[in-house]
Amino acid sequence: MLAKRVIPCMDVKDGRVVKGVNFVNLRDAGDPIELAQRYDEQKADEVVFLDIAATSDERATTVELAGRASEQLHLPYCVGGGFRSVADIRTMIAAGADKVSVNSAAVADPSLITQAAAAFGTQAILVAIDAKQVAGNPNKWEVYVAGGRKATGIDAVAWAAEAARRGAGEILLTSMDRDGSRDGFDCALTRAVARAVDVPVIASGGVGKLEHFAEGILEGEADAVLAASVFHFGEFTVRQVKEHLRACGIPVRL
Amino acid sequence: MIAVVDYHKGNLKSVERGIAAAGGDARVTDDAALIARADAIVLPGVGAFADAAATMQALGQTGAVRRRIEAGVPFLGICLGMHLMFEEGVEGAPDEDDETSSHNACGLAILPGVVTPLPRTDPQGHSYKVPHVGWNTVEYRGGSEGSGGLHKASSARAENPSGVFVRAGLSERLEAAGPFAEQVAFASPLFAGIPSGTYFYFTHSYVAPDGPFATAHTTHSVTFPCAVQFGDVAFGVQFHPEKSSEAGARLLRNFVDIVKGA
Repeated sequence: MLAKRVIPCMDVKDGRVVKGVNFVNLRDAGDPIELAQRYDEQKADEVVFLDIAATSDERATTVELAGRASEQLHLPYCVGGGFRSVADIRTMIAAGADKVSVNSAAVADPSLITQAAAAFGTQAILVAIDAKQVAGNPNKWEVYVAGGRKATGIDAVAWAAEAARRGAGEILLTSMDRDGSRDGFDCALTRAVARAVDVPVIASGGVGKLEHFAEGILEGEADAVLAASVFHFGEFTVRQVKEHLRACGIPVRL
Repeated sequence: MIAVVDYHKGNLKSVERGIAAAGGDARVTDDAALIARADAIVLPGVGAFADAAATMQALGQTGAVRRRIEAGVPFLGICLGMHLMFEEGVEGAPDEDDETSSHNACGLAILPGVVTPLPRTDPQGHSYKVPHVGWNTVEYRGGSEGSGGLHKASSARAENPSGVFVRAGLSERLEAAGPFAEQVAFASPLFAGIPSGTYFYFTHSYVAPDGPFATAHTTHSVTFPCAVQFGDVAFGVQFHPEKSSEAGARLLRNFVDIVKGA
């Protein structure tokens, strides 16, 4: 049976891991490769490196990181942030990334998903969606781009469905309302998206307690759960999370 | 030297490093002449079937790989590399959804059958997510206690010298470009020390046909072969050992041991 995945996410800037709370207040949490190896030992199912600066100078650093990761890691990894074209994606895949996640550029030009999926396979293309609940409407969420700074007016559930239809192999769904809040995943959002697409959904944003991981899977119907700071600062190990999930009857690799 | 066949569809560093870490002398190459001299061949999995098959053909790799398998050189096909062991694949071909399409791309035809899309529903009509992404269990008979396939394989071989391991006709059938399948009725040596039920990392949307060549299975919407074998030393795996942490490292060590013992 396919196991539910637990995915530590590392926000990377200048080749170092940082994690913002609500996208600000960056703190340094170490070398991404070393951290990823530690997560591998803890039975992480994969890792995500999110390039949060993504200026052209820093892109080179991230490509280099992807190259090192392909040599030193024995688990799958995804690189996200700053992809603007198929050529950008090709560079990262050529460096060794198993998957890339695209966000703003896919919203600006959805054909990027189609082209990238055709070129590299759907399994290599994640579409990351940052969604925020529409005020006064608990069952509606809006897509934000540019690192969560810019509203688009696009419905998050509809966008997820379109992304999947165009060839996204997975949806990496972040609740902006919950990100950094430690209140748990937005399970209503996650469930709405999981039911609207036929590809795996990775829930992200809001984990503060062990129980939240199980809620994301059981209530949010997510195929994978992603978190950052709770792992980086050693609050929980990936193994603890998986043991908790298993105790809840969720299939995990341990 | 273990040739890691480069058919120009992606990065092969993790496969190369995985084999090197297992003690193998891996070399990534697209050179058919080098492949023809290799002690073993790894056919990695990147890209789509039709595209990869066409590139392999254009570079002269198809014939070189087939001839080495014929010569009994150890072979490991990973993901798409396993798919390419079969006669045909619908992935990336015109009229892709038609299993009977005459436009299907041709593989190495080491094993019979057509590689087809993984169904999105199970026989009861429940929906499953495709691509099948993540860690799933590999199940095989005769290894549930993790006793290791190698010993079983050799004892089975000793007990049944003229039975399931017959390789007669291999070269003629390769010449005739026809598919062939062998009965593999033992726990594969590739899984030595790896208990049935171990998790490996999968990422794919297509599956190989089932048959007597299947040595292990995995279940998503349907149960499909996740490991296949032709003869004693040609293997295919649907999952990615190079991305499967400790279990994958063990499997690659088993393969390198087979190469060194061959």
